[in-house]
Amino acid sequence: MSDRALAVVRAGALTTVQDRGRPGHAHLGVPRSGALDAPAAALVNRLVGNAPEAAVLETTVNGCSVRPRATVTVAVGGAPCPVTVDGRPAAWGAPVRVPGGALLDIGAARAGVRSYLAVSGGVTVEPVLGSRSTDLLSGLGPPPLTDGTVLPLGRPTGPHACVDAVPHPAPPSELVLRVTLGPRHDWFTDSALTTLAARPYAVSSASNRIGLRTEGPALDRARPGELPSEGMVLGAVQVPPDGRPVVFLADHPTTGGYPVIAVVDPADLPAAAQATPGTPVRFIAVRHRR
Amino acid sequence: MRALPVGDRALLIEVDSGQEAEALHAELLHRRATGELTVEELVPAARTVLLDGLDAPSRLAERLASWEVPPVPPRTEDVVEIPVRYDGPDLGDVAAHWGVDEAEVARIHAAAQFRVAFCGFAPGFGYLTGLPREVPRRATPRTAVPAGSVALAGPYTGVYPRSSPGGWQLIGTTDLVLWDPARVPAALLTPGTRVRFTPVAAP
Repeated sequence: MSDRALAVVRAGALTTVQDRGRPGHAHLGVPRSGALDAPAAALVNRLVGNAPEAAVLETTVNGCSVRPRATVTVAVGGAPCPVTVDGRPAAWGAPVRVPGGALLDIGAARAGVRSYLAVSGGVTVEPVLGSRSTDLLSGLGPPPLTDGTVLPLGRPTGPHACVDAVPHPAPPSELVLRVTLGPRHDWFTDSALTTLAARPYAVSSASNRIGLRTEGPALDRARPGELPSEGMVLGAVQVPPDGRPVVFLADHPTTGGYPVIAVVDPADLPAAAQATPGTPVRFIAVRHRR
Repeated sequence: MRALPVGDRALLIEVDSGQEAEALHAELLHRRATGELTVEELVPAARTVLLDGLDAPSRLAERLASWEVPPVPPRTEDVVEIPVRYDGPDLGDVAAHWGVDEAEVARIHAAAQFRVAFCGFAPGFGYLTGLPREVPRRATPRTAVPAGSVALAGPYTGVYPRSSPGGWQLIGTTDLVLWDPARVPAALLTPGTRVRFTPVAAP
């Protein structure tokens, strides 16, 4: 049977379709979206022989189960988790052949938050503005998966990779975020800038694809009020009225009126996507490099 | 004009007025079109333009200081006309705030020439300037504002492209589809677009 589709048996807490997102539309109010742990998504695509822009599934905390209708090659990466095919243990972080009709289960994350499932040929839901990503802020792209959702798959474009083991960073026991100050650090007191760089924060359970929220000491403002709305970048550390910094992730709003005290180095954001609630967060101020 | 670094790949350029931000945005679009400027995102806002995805923000910041930014010439291109039924639930509150009657609110709104200053909040949501008066946001935001609601807040007019929570004052309704990702272009209102509201009778 050559019916290239994937039936969702157990959608899990929050499983979405993600690719590299839809950058270039921020001036229309469209978030960039895309896989939060982009290197993990790129790796599983490589393992199954997909192009880097192929869409994968991003799970949250407790995985998902799917049943391909035709035989496919899959790879699971990102947050380490048990993988089974029809109940039998299968490899994590390596290409796995799943026969048509078999049940592939991606279990709960043993560490980290988000696991990624690539399927040979990629998930080929209809793109919106050039991307198949689910955008949870504005509702663009396919809705989060529900039990019974059937996803179309593309034709495999290349052979899967031949690897014994892939290197993967362990989810962080402490999340270290390098930041450059600004553009609105002058809206905060000197003691707030010291607090940000010196005091411990923790990942809040209110974190999501829009932002990594933190718990910790409030950052005091040197001036009250809101800014006129201004453009926001990925990794912006925005400080809402409660004073607890929020790090903007892929589904962040494109404009905002709360001051941005600093911006996180994009290289540190994949680790932020895998930091479980309660993980200690340390902000380290570095100089602008360009 | 102040250029503020935003991380290592972006600049936030701050100016003194909405008009200056519009002129700067037009100049940046022009320089990008000629190939002089390479940037992934150009995001105009109330008093700023964000340039995201720059290879050397500090070099551009130095060059900016010597730029001559001409004022935006009056546009002659088509104006987007948005038909409105002035039947919003906050028409009375806006009228009271301005000290006029409800019909006068509709007249003032339909007589103004608007421009999309910037987009944000939701895909296809434009912040339109041009209203001669201001009005505060509602003290308590609504949990659901219907799609097509024509609304006011501060100096801005906007049209909700889809149902969402919102704190703006609702003065009317349009059937025009502001945002349709399957259409090209998806957004009817993009930064710089000229807009007029034309009153239509309630059905």
